[in-house]
Amino acid sequence: MHEMGIVLHLAKTLDETAAEEHLAKIGSVTLQVGEVSGILTDYFQECWDYFKVRHPLLKESKLILETIPAVTWCDSCKRTYETVKYGRECPYCHSGETWLLRGNECIIKQIEAEEASEDELKTDEEATGEQP
Amino acid sequence: MKVIQLKETVTASNDRDAETLREELTMRGVLLVNLMSAPGSGKTSLLTKTVQDMPDLRIAVLEADLDAQVDAEAMEAAGARSIQAHTDGMCHMDAGMTRAGLEALGTEHTDLVFLENVGNLICPAEYDTGAQLRVMILSVPEGDDKPLKYPLMFRNSDALIISKTDALPWFDFDLARCAERAYKLNPTIAVFPLSAKTGEGMEAWEAWLRQQRKEILHA
Repeated sequence: MHEMGIVLHLAKTLDETAAEEHLAKIGSVTLQVGEVSGILTDYFQECWDYFKVRHPLLKESKLILETIPAVTWCDSCKRTYETVKYGRECPYCHSGETWLLRGNECIIKQIEAEEASEDELKTDEEATGEQP
Repeated sequence: MKVIQLKETVTASNDRDAETLREELTMRGVLLVNLMSAPGSGKTSLLTKTVQDMPDLRIAVLEADLDAQVDAEAMEAAGARSIQAHTDGMCHMDAGMTRAGLEALGTEHTDLVFLENVGNLICPAEYDTGAQLRVMILSVPEGDDKPLKYPLMFRNSDALIISKTDALPWFDFDLARCAERAYKLNPTIAVFPLSAKTGEGMEAWEAWLRQQRKEILHA
């Protein structure tokens, strides 16, 4: 359920970009997903595949997932370490005073897209006007 | 094909919708409070008591929790209008669903709306609903280690209500330790230990809510 929700939000953000940039279709979407963002990438891919064929803008698009490694900062010994390997406790000084530096993100890095032709642009504008 | 660098979060569109909704609500003089917690934390009891204690404010409740039927009846009995919001099976409320819910509810003669978010400490923290205030509830039986386990929820909340303090004698819950953990994640979070059952601590929470309403709405 969580992954499907993210796909819907992603599509909404892409729809807005497409309207602003006058895009007819999107060829690829590169998403940067943090290691501890809670997103299951396999499941996310399945949700994407299910959704995209029902959404004309994304029908032929490819989803490219990049992982952002999770890094934790130890406030006691002022060092960083791999979050996934060691968890909450600092492997150097065993302190619990640790904070996640990165790895919780879900960012649209870039998209590849085809611009709409003059004709399509007109239809697009009409369609956009009707949307709530 | 051309490449467009976006560097936007996936929820960018929702964030913009939420900002618009927040501005509209403030202009209309409606305070929307996003209430988040795990299931069984005592949201309904807290709201019932809060509504009873503030009869001068016209309060409504937008229910997104799954066992909302019972909740709606309790709310009506306490004197607040309520409506069921549709999350379409989602694990959280977003700005679009909140807007639709508020429109169905009608906010013309309303001073304060509580959005009872889906019972979950993870997903609701990630989605901006457009509420001006975010309040989370942690009940004593859940344990004082929750700030360590769900940091985002604590970081993104304006207030933390520690509910069911009447149960403190039976649980190994350290109020000071819990508050300290919350402050570490969010130095400006307001912490209210209270019991909706005995009424202890309700006054401080309600006074804070009134003060926030004044400041946000310039009322």
